[in-house]
Amino acid sequence: MNENIMTVSELNARIKSLIESDPGLLAVAVVGELSNYKIYPSGHHYFTLKDQESSVRCVMFKGSASKLRFRPESGMGVVAVGRVSVYPRDGAYQLYCSELIPQGVGDLHMAFEQLKARLLAEGLFDASHKKPLPRFPRRIAVITSGAGAAVRDIIRVLGARWPMAEVAILPVRVQGAEAPPEIVGAIRYANRWKVGDLIITGRGGGSMEDLWAFNDERVARAIYESEIPVISAVGHEPDVTIADFVADLRAATPSNAAELAVPDHTEMAEQLAAWDSRMLTAVNKRLRELRANVDSLSQRRVLVAPESYVDMKRLELDRATERMAAAMERTVLGKKHRLLALASSLDAMSPLKVLSRGFAVATDAGGAVIRSKKQLRVGDRISLRLADGGAEAEITAVGKDDSNAGK
Amino acid sequence: MQENKELSFEQSLDRLDGIVKRLERGDAPLSELLAMFEEGTSLVRACQTMLSEAEQKVVKLRKTESGEPEELPFDAE
Repeated sequence: MNENIMTVSELNARIKSLIESDPGLLAVAVVGELSNYKIYPSGHHYFTLKDQESSVRCVMFKGSASKLRFRPESGMGVVAVGRVSVYPRDGAYQLYCSELIPQGVGDLHMAFEQLKARLLAEGLFDASHKKPLPRFPRRIAVITSGAGAAVRDIIRVLGARWPMAEVAILPVRVQGAEAPPEIVGAIRYANRWKVGDLIITGRGGGSMEDLWAFNDERVARAIYESEIPVISAVGHEPDVTIADFVADLRAATPSNAAELAVPDHTEMAEQLAAWDSRMLTAVNKRLRELRANVDSLSQRRVLVAPESYVDMKRLELDRATERMAAAMERTVLGKKHRLLALASSLDAMSPLKVLSRGFAVATDAGGAVIRSKKQLRVGDRISLRLADGGAEAEITAVGKDDSNAGK
Repeated sequence: MQENKELSFEQSLDRLDGIVKRLERGDAPLSELLAMFEEGTSLVRACQTMLSEAEQKVVKLRKTESGEPEELPFDAE
């Protein structure tokens, strides 16, 4: 039970987030009668909207209120457009109005506001969905009436500003019941066959009824779904249609659409000339720098007096050669000393030394050293090697076994 | 043909933009400096020619039996 206890603030916060999570309450158009209308010194408007049975509190902040084109008064029938939320301080929900439309303007206006509110809530006007326009359109698909001022204005302005862009006209009806499906068909066709990299769709000015095709939900969705960016160009400056909200870019008039679609070739020519002169300036500056570098380098001794440089190098070379010769000599001397030392130690073990003490080495006719009497027969000729030379000898007798002889 | 020209216009501009920035950085060696300058000025000339020679082409599209668009001359009615 205890965990269900919440503070008043918590309750109001919960109700507020509940209401704000309902997308159907984010954008509503409510018809009713104004009452208790008050404008506060802050500039905000506070009022109640009511019908026979019910009432709801409303607020319109200064920013929105300043855009009102009429003076609202208590008793007036209006459509209030806005979102529903909770004012936590009072625990009261209210309608935060962004627009008030006086009633009696006709069903079209009401339908317009309702559709606008619905598509807005659905996200069709989201800035994040808007596609960037090509910098230099190659081919512009113009979806409008083949007759009339709009298409002529568009062609004329495009031709004057950027004749490189090809213009492909997809003629459609822009008025009457057939207009919306034709406009939708042309937008889809343009995408299906990739007839251009930019679409301009619209028409010249007229009454709200005349412009109605561009307030059609099907047209709005086709523009939204187009993969080719769309510029809307409907009517004159103050006319705003649903198509304008969905389009990637809204132009005030058909001529304006053409102006927004392409760069101006004279401006481009100026830009090219500016680049040209910037290049020239940069290259000149760099050349001056490089020349200054060369000048300062050429001040150096190696370039001013090359022979002294060579002399210096020659001296360095001589010194290096000398150092190398000395190093080699040291190495060779070291090796010679080691050799002598080795030779004298070898000499101490030499058999010649032994012979000089009175021994002789006997070898047979084949030159093999005789180590045993068994190698000898009477009559064999042998050689003796003495300290100072050799001698020949003949065996006259071979003694008996006297291995004890040494004992 | 027209499309190629158009495409190369944008590419030329991008290339040119790169060259101008590179030159203005002021650290290009002499050999590159002159090559870039030559390329840049010829790009400028090519773009200027494209601009001055462009002629607007306006067509009306008609859907053929196969669905494919057919280009027709457009005369404002």
